[in-house]
Amino acid sequence: MTWNKARRKIVNAVMLSLTGVCTLVAAGTLVFILGYLFVNGAKSLNWDFFTKLPVPVGESGGGMANAIVGSAKVLLLATVIGVPIGFMGGVYLAEFGGTIFSAVVRYVTDLLNGVPSIVMGIFAYTIIVAQQKHFSTMAGGVALGVMMIPIAIRSSEEFLRAVPLSLREGAMALGASKSKAIWTVVVPAAKAGLITGIMLNLARVAGETAPLIFTSFGNSFWSPGWDKATAALPVMIYTYAIGPYDSWHQQAWAAGFVLLTLVLAVNIIARMILAKRGHVAR
Amino acid sequence: MWLVEMSQGDRMQASPGRQLQTMSTLPNIGLPSGAESRPMPEAAAKLSADNLNFFYGNFQALHAISMKVYDKRVTAFIGPSGCGKSTFLRTLNRMNETVRHSRVEGDILLDGENIFRLDVNDVRRRVGMVFQRSNPFPKSIYENVAYGLRINTSLGRSALRDAVEHSLRRAALWEEVKDKLHQSAYGLSGGQQQRLCIARALAVNPEVLLLDEPCSALDPIATAKIEDLIFQLKDSCTIVIVTHNMQQAARVADFTGFFLLGKLIEFDNTTVIFKTPARKETEDYVTGRFG
Repeated sequence: MTWNKARRKIVNAVMLSLTGVCTLVAAGTLVFILGYLFVNGAKSLNWDFFTKLPVPVGESGGGMANAIVGSAKVLLLATVIGVPIGFMGGVYLAEFGGTIFSAVVRYVTDLLNGVPSIVMGIFAYTIIVAQQKHFSTMAGGVALGVMMIPIAIRSSEEFLRAVPLSLREGAMALGASKSKAIWTVVVPAAKAGLITGIMLNLARVAGETAPLIFTSFGNSFWSPGWDKATAALPVMIYTYAIGPYDSWHQQAWAAGFVLLTLVLAVNIIARMILAKRGHVAR
Repeated sequence: MWLVEMSQGDRMQASPGRQLQTMSTLPNIGLPSGAESRPMPEAAAKLSADNLNFFYGNFQALHAISMKVYDKRVTAFIGPSGCGKSTFLRTLNRMNETVRHSRVEGDILLDGENIFRLDVNDVRRRVGMVFQRSNPFPKSIYENVAYGLRINTSLGRSALRDAVEHSLRRAALWEEVKDKLHQSAYGLSGGQQQRLCIARALAVNPEVLLLDEPCSALDPIATAKIEDLIFQLKDSCTIVIVTHNMQQAARVADFTGFFLLGKLIEFDNTTVIFKTPARKETEDYVTGRFG
């Protein structure tokens, strides 16, 4: 009896400390990464980083203004491609789903979500770069846009589904057709969630490197328009981090810091919107 | 929904005495003979159902319902849970069609026209509905009431504002909300939200207003306000109300129909139903011997 009790207490203590240690390791790793990046990144970060072009090897200073703008352009294009398709697909699955076809779509979407990002890069390479015979901002945007689709579909579907049936019925009881009820009541009710979904989706693809390496490639200069190769932050980090020069490493740290800060900021804002509005309005 | 109906069926089955009684007093299954036997000529029929059957998949929820809803009168449906009264109500504005694998047989006439041949959105605009749980949209009070007008008409700003005020007044809510029209409807109390839903339904000027247990989630004071409202509205609107509360039916309704197991057992003047019902089942229910 007492032995049992003692044994139980020991097992409890051991398990408790095990879970505690594992939590510490997990959280500690994150804190370490953030801290390390912060220290190294902030050290080499200055105003030039945001305003100047990269300088040739051997010169000091310079920045990654072109990569920041390039990343923004690629992400903008990705949003323009991925979000409307994903959103419409989500509306279809949430509001007109329940058929075998929609089950297939859902399954394929999940498969697409599991496709390695480098495969997405090859896809964009094949349909755009290989045809045009040159890298471009557009190809990078398409690669990331296609990556955004499955998540956009599933997150839109989820947030639309969370809108109570009673709101749809309320609108339809007033003479609204199903599609009118969706556009005027259901989508507005899910708005906060839908926007948050887009932001989290963007934050996720913002750091993708592999699909960009052979689509938007890289560029040491400005890349006006959509038709030329462009620098982007994740690719820049990769290139500079594996380079042999110490000044490059410093720049890579700074770029990593900027990218992480942006992604973190987007994440936090998105989650704040969600927390404030609740999952849906009701 | 139909699971509830099933379990209700099982419960009835479990009581052989009542089952026998039902069999012996109902030779003509499904025909509301009580309703047919008494003439009720006071008003014109606004809605009339003719031999209406309704199925959820293979389960038949309504059996050969035939009845009339009289113009500018209040009609109440009473009966135990799962007896089909809400299902029937939701058939009157074709709301049940949104349920997958449901099927309807028979006709419902609205002013002599078969609603199943009319445009479904027109039917729902003409036959408004207020639900058991208030369901205001996550919009402002003003936008909730204006919604039906925005989607059905192209009123200008001032006409819209007047219509919203008129509807809120008809729903006896204007005085309480006139200073916060542009605040969220979710800031209102439960009773106010339900009256807002009534105002929203009234805004499109429905000819018939269906109320599906509108007071079941409300306290007695809010309930009394809704009942007052029903009295005021029946001059301008035909009202059909489903209620679990027999006192409520007795208070507000001119006519009452008693449903049991998907059949309309008896339909008559409310006084007749509560004082001298023709059928044993009705009497058992209204006197509280069962249900």
